Amino acid sequence: MTGKDEAELSRLMRAAIAGDERAYADFLHRTAALVRGFIRRKIVQGGVDPEDVVQETLLAIHVKRHTWRQDLAVLPWVYAIARFKLIDAFRRRGRRIEIEIDEIAETFAEPEAETVSERDINRALDGLPPAQRSVVSSVSVEGCSIGETAAKFGISETAVRVSLHRGLATIAKRFGAKQFGRAKQLKRE
Amino acid sequence: MRTDDLIKALDADARSTAMPLGSAWWMSAGVATVIAAVVFWLAIGPRTDIATAMHTMRFLAKFVFTMALAVSAFALIRALSTPGASTGRAAAWMIAAPLLVIVAVVLELLSVPAADWGRRLVGSNLVVCLTFIPLIGIGPLAIFLAVLRYGAPTRPVLAGTVAGLLAGGLAATFYAAHCFDDSPLFVATWYTIAIAILAALGALGGRLFVRW
Repeated sequence: MTGKDEAELSRLMRAAIAGDERAYADFLHRTAALVRGFIRRKIVQGGVDPEDVVQETLLAIHVKRHTWRQDLAVLPWVYAIARFKLIDAFRRRGRRIEIEIDEIAETFAEPEAETVSERDINRALDGLPPAQRSVVSSVSVEGCSIGETAAKFGISETAVRVSLHRGLATIAKRFGAKQFGRAKQLKRE
Repeated sequence: MRTDDLIKALDADARSTAMPLGSAWWMSAGVATVIAAVVFWLAIGPRTDIATAMHTMRFLAKFVFTMALAVSAFALIRALSTPGASTGRAAAWMIAAPLLVIVAVVLELLSVPAADWGRRLVGSNLVVCLTFIPLIGIGPLAIFLAVLRYGAPTRPVLAGTVAGLLAGGLAATFYAAHCFDDSPLFVATWYTIAIAILAALGALGGRLFVRW
């Protein structure tokens, strides 16, 4: 959280907004590392997986990047989003704990289930319409490019971009939803 | 999904662009003003003697109050919808409109005999005022809440309240052109209540709809 970080990150973000994808990837990796440190320091008690909050923050940064003004420092913007998402995560954890107490017997019966870290984002991904889900998975988990994904599914690159964009926006919105973690249905955009 | 995988997806979506939030605010201000103007003209319209009223201090002062509220609320809501933006200075300016009203009320109390205070406070339009300021402001409020959703307010309820004040300031500016009750005593009481209704609706809207 230094002046060097600030100068470097705002330079990358400005380049990213100007259309430089390399700069954007760079920005996201560095921001992820900073946010991870921030979140881990803030979460002193268990119950909230820091990496879930890191992912939610990155998604929010992505879908809300039009709220950053180039004349503003980028780090206060990043940390304000991270703090907001962290508070959100704690709020949801309050709800979940009630559920866990109800199911405490099951929890003791299956200790191995806890070692599997089920990412919140996977559940959000599962809730997407099939076309969006397969495109988002292809570009993220499978690491395919836009072009490769288009070829794989036999659709245009524009269609891939649209599905990817909508899918990410929907996941981000689902994280922001009040009932996340409980609601089964996912509102289609 | 690992975080690195997520970053791949976000980066692949880097080219998608959205209107900067600042532009969205200016656009919404324009659209909200048009909506308020249309509702105003269809529902009540300006008072018939507006040409002569323009020459009286009390009539003109109403616009100073309402526009001071709208302008300061607009500045504050822009800061509140941007994460990490400092809100202190914009928040301090929110005192301008109430302060102006208080000064006007004091001047009114000094210049008008006490026997007239009650009549001026109650006026003849309070039901119209309490009906039409919220009615003119509800459309703009919906638009401002939509822009808040588009933005990223880290205090949604506060931001929603300010959206209500902004819609209230805008609606009251139009309503003031209709109302015959120009006394600051009337304005300080009924305009405030009418605007507070919009602020409460805004707070509720912020709580229920402004999620991100």
